[in-house]
Amino acid sequence: MSSELSGILDHIEKINELDLDDVAPTSHVVTLENVLRPDEPRPSWPRERVLEAAPDAGDGGFRVPSPGG
Amino acid sequence: MSELLSFTGAQAAARIRAGDISAAELFDAYRERAAADDLNAFLWVADAQDEHANAAGPLAAVPLAVKDLFCVEGVPSMAGSRILAGYRPPYTSTAVANLRAAGAAVLGKTNMDEFAMGSSNENSGYGPVLNPWDRSRVPGGSSGGSAAAVAAGLAPWAIGTDTGGSIRQPASLCGVVGLKPTYGAVSRYGMIAFASSLDQAGPLTRDVTDAALLLRHMSGRDSCDSTSIGYPDEIELPTTDRLDGMVFGVPPELSAEGIEPGVREVFEANLTTIEELGGRLEQVSLPHSPHGISAYYVIAPAEASANLARYDGVRFGHRSDSYDGLTELYEATRAEGFGTEVKRRIMLGTFALSSGYYEAYYGRAQKVRTKIADDFRSAFERVDLIVTPTSPSVAFPLGAKTSDPLAMYMNDYCTVPMPLAGIPAISIPSGISEGLPVGLQLAGPAFSENKILNAAYALEQVLGFEGIPVAA
Repeated sequence: MSSELSGILDHIEKINELDLDDVAPTSHVVTLENVLRPDEPRPSWPRERVLEAAPDAGDGGFRVPSPGG
Repeated sequence: MSELLSFTGAQAAARIRAGDISAAELFDAYRERAAADDLNAFLWVADAQDEHANAAGPLAAVPLAVKDLFCVEGVPSMAGSRILAGYRPPYTSTAVANLRAAGAAVLGKTNMDEFAMGSSNENSGYGPVLNPWDRSRVPGGSSGGSAAAVAAGLAPWAIGTDTGGSIRQPASLCGVVGLKPTYGAVSRYGMIAFASSLDQAGPLTRDVTDAALLLRHMSGRDSCDSTSIGYPDEIELPTTDRLDGMVFGVPPELSAEGIEPGVREVFEANLTTIEELGGRLEQVSLPHSPHGISAYYVIAPAEASANLARYDGVRFGHRSDSYDGLTELYEATRAEGFGTEVKRRIMLGTFALSSGYYEAYYGRAQKVRTKIADDFRSAFERVDLIVTPTSPSVAFPLGAKTSDPLAMYMNDYCTVPMPLAGIPAISIPSGISEGLPVGLQLAGPAFSENKILNAAYALEQVLGFEGIPVAA
């Protein structure tokens, strides 16, 4: 995979030919002001419902090996 | 093929509302066809009518094929990935919820490149989709299952998503209509994310009217997606059959070099048709668009590398059987669950975002994105719409490009500049080359969908392309 990635990066590096010094970067294409909504409490999904999809659930949570272990 | 299956979505909806055909009969006919699918277009097919469908709504319980990455409550939603094998989400995406509220019935989930990363559907964790025009060829991607299902008459219409061309390119390769709306037109809530600043949902249909109808009902502002905007005006069903007074820009950068001769020939004929319908052609330059692929393959993998961090074997999806400790759980789960292309893009993305390389790759790519958007802005001061071929080639044989990722990426050459600029574009069937469909792409400024749909409709009347291949 490393030769494939090098080939892709070589292609990507063609953007180095461009003069981009005074160009502002774009992270979002649509001009939106801050989008605000009232901070109103809403019910969350029931815990059992969310845990249904977990590979290993127990004691009302997601069971994982101890991070310290 | 029975008459029932010959109707477009809009025609079927009108007949159901008029009482000429029954919604249950139509659903059963498609359900049977989709369940017998030998193109591998479907990953899941409903076994009964969708209980959320509404025959009284404008979409009249007409069956809808849904790309696998749209979450539908209780229905497998795996984004074509083994890491989400068997995942049934606890909620439904807004796009699907909106369409159901308008009456649509979910028929099934369609196959796709894993996490929408691909242009041939060969990156699906569940095997490739076959092109109904020629089963030895790819349907395009990543919405290849949706495109193939519509082309083969396994569904009257479908929805997909487009990040760098994933609606338009498979639509082109399968001979159907595919529309990528303006970024923000359709809520991304409940769409399994690939690259969040580019992803946009849209319709794949047999004709332009159906695309307009689905778009009208799937779009809208959604408080669950703060980047969603909806449309300033309602999406209208197109009626124009002339192009008088419209100016079409032809950018040499996206219509000459790298386009195979057969596709170019069809494109040239399409330009003549535009003039015959009263449209005027003007050459425009999009000088930075050839750098679109470079910018895209930095920005999209960078965003994907962050979005895909959530697949760790803890909250949902696959978890490895063999691990010792938490770190190994993550590593083994991701090594087993992700396919090669997804791993390649996570590595590209994390590299492009890494300290020391961030400015050179991600920073510069974002600036190229600005230049590409500026090119379009200047072009649209002179022309109404821009026309290009949708894909540089017709559908290629399975396996032809799998060993060369860069060659695969070049399939998106004509389609990546538009999502980078956030603007809408449609692909319509526009001719045949080597016995395979060719697509014409029309792009316009943000929120110009009504204009795009009208022009596409006028062209469709003359190009007179049958949406369903003889092979089906």
